[in-house]
Amino acid sequence: MAEQVPILQVKGLVKKYGDKVVLNGVDLQVEKGKVIAILGPSGCGKSTFLRCLNGLEEVQGGDILLENKSLISKTTKWRDVRQKIGMVFQSYDLFPNLTVMENILLSPLKVQKRQREEVEAQAKELLARVGLADRANDYPRQLSGGQKQRIAIVRALCINPDIMLFDEVTASLDPEMVREVLDVIAQLADQGMTMLIVTHEMNFAKLVADEVIFMDKGSIHEKAPAQQFFSNPQTERAQQFLNILQF
Amino acid sequence: MLNSGISVLFEGTNFLRLLEGLFETLRVALIAVVISIVMGIIIGIIRTSKNKLVQIPFRIYLELFRIIPILVWLFVIYYIVPANFGLELSSELVALIVFSLWGAAEISDIVRGAIISLPKHQVESSKALGLGVVQMYRYVLIPQATKRSIPPMINLITRMIKTTALLTMIGFVEVIKVGQQIINVNNLEHPTVSFWIYGFIFFLYFCICFPLSRFSRKLEQKWAT
Amino acid sequence: MTIDWQYFVEVLPHYKTALWLTVKLAAIGILFAIVVGMICSVIQYFKVKVLNQIVQVYLEVARNTPLLIQLFFLYYGLPKIGITLSGELCGIIGLTFLGGSYMAEVFRAGMEAVSKSQIETGKAIGLSNLQLMRYVIIPQAFSYSVPGFGANCIFLIKETSVFSGIAILELTNTTKNLMGIYYKTNEALLMLVIGYLIILLPLTLFLTWLERRVRHAEFGN
Repeated sequence: MAEQVPILQVKGLVKKYGDKVVLNGVDLQVEKGKVIAILGPSGCGKSTFLRCLNGLEEVQGGDILLENKSLISKTTKWRDVRQKIGMVFQSYDLFPNLTVMENILLSPLKVQKRQREEVEAQAKELLARVGLADRANDYPRQLSGGQKQRIAIVRALCINPDIMLFDEVTASLDPEMVREVLDVIAQLADQGMTMLIVTHEMNFAKLVADEVIFMDKGSIHEKAPAQQFFSNPQTERAQQFLNILQF
Repeated sequence: MLNSGISVLFEGTNFLRLLEGLFETLRVALIAVVISIVMGIIIGIIRTSKNKLVQIPFRIYLELFRIIPILVWLFVIYYIVPANFGLELSSELVALIVFSLWGAAEISDIVRGAIISLPKHQVESSKALGLGVVQMYRYVLIPQATKRSIPPMINLITRMIKTTALLTMIGFVEVIKVGQQIINVNNLEHPTVSFWIYGFIFFLYFCICFPLSRFSRKLEQKWAT
Repeated sequence: MTIDWQYFVEVLPHYKTALWLTVKLAAIGILFAIVVGMICSVIQYFKVKVLNQIVQVYLEVARNTPLLIQLFFLYYGLPKIGITLSGELCGIIGLTFLGGSYMAEVFRAGMEAVSKSQIETGKAIGLSNLQLMRYVIIPQAFSYSVPGFGANCIFLIKETSVFSGIAILELTNTTKNLMGIYYKTNEALLMLVIGYLIILLPLTLFLTWLERRVRHAEFGN
């Protein structure tokens, strides 16, 4: 079996805010179809890392390669990259001035210039899959947090990305709504979507992720298959981190 | 040509007279501001009452000053009172009456807004900490409400100073009136004098109002929570 | 206090003309002020080099000087250096100059009220800057701006009373002239107040209604 080229490669990524180093040479390879959970204490740089992959932060060093093409260049068209790398945020941020359907259709119609019927059919199918087929014409203010987050995921999926980035998507949800959102992400994992997930839900990470990377102080301290990481963490920092979480 | 006009500014006592006019303007504004603040705080506190019989008359008072232009108020007091009650009011007194009533109305709204917008949990946490009512006002509510009301109050003062320009229209001798007198005397000899005098007064107002509005913005940024 | 009702009927045509002129000048001034305000607020929002500084100076000058002096300068000052403008044109220019700065402030604050995460989300789904403006920032900024915009309109309409200083026959100046001719002080001033109420009372009520409606439509209760 020939070695497959990773869909996403990160090499020595450095991010600074002024003098403060937030990412200190991060390396990562993501194979197609893999689910990677990124764990670590708050302020370790895991969210910043995801934001760099989507061009929301300027980086000061290192390289990001998508399908072997570097994204760190003046000529990178992040608008095109973002159609391949979808991202969902903690604050879900549906546009309050648009209905659910308009939120979903905005990018496919205006950025990708696709046919309305085709996109609408896809949107309806995705909405049905997350159990919100009947909310297409609602405004965001009529939905609960969990519903909004599921719509935000559908909105990102409808662009047909190859990779999805999830940045603490359940962090601002009430506990009873966390499940409905995680279920959607687990479904995506089953379908073979390549995903990078920053999360605090350890049980979820254990269940869904193929691989866990543990970050602290701007670099990756440990990288291991999910089962192994949770049952037998190698580094001391990771052990401490997991201990703190076990009450 | 142009230079001959500007020379008038520095001829004889012209420059000093303009500054004196400006001083008159500011004196009236300052007295009105002091009266407004005192009245405004009292009315503002009264207006936090939930009693409709208290709220409605004060609301009408405020809206009357918001809907009817200040110039119209100046004319109304200046002409109506003497014509109907036989009282001669000086233009300065008219100015003080109108500006104080206007300022008090606006400040009452600022004060009321600052008080009722204080979050309820501030009151609750103060009580939970065992503070008495006086202590709660002294250490928690008044400091917060003051921070919220001072920047808009300074903005209002800037507006009041700008509005003093209108006093020339009821014959009050302030900076513009002095300017007009200087123009009338020198107009034949130096045709460009009005360009320079009005330009200079424009500049004077800017010099007064700009630092004030800057200051209010600085405070707003500093106290933003 | 006596009131001569017959007088009202006699001078009604004068007031009708004056009212119409007031509305017309205010409307034109506000319209231009909106255009100026939009341009300035976009320049400020994107911090366009050089232009941003120019806009900053304009805003400070316009906001920190009285309209009356601006008008005197335009109407009496400029002709002396060879620029003669009609009274009405001076009025419109003055109102635009003043109003543009107030509108710019309101629009800019509206745009800045749109949260950073909304803009990032827009970028993350691939919108261009222009599309971001069109579909995300402007619609939301609009609803944030409505209250300030309404207050500005009312303010600018009231400021037209200052036009009486440069011989424009709007409501206030017409009243002054009629008082000079007929000495019917009470009646003339009552008409004047009614004139402003006719314009501003319905507008105030409409804006209150609009404010409530827009906020509800955009963000719920």
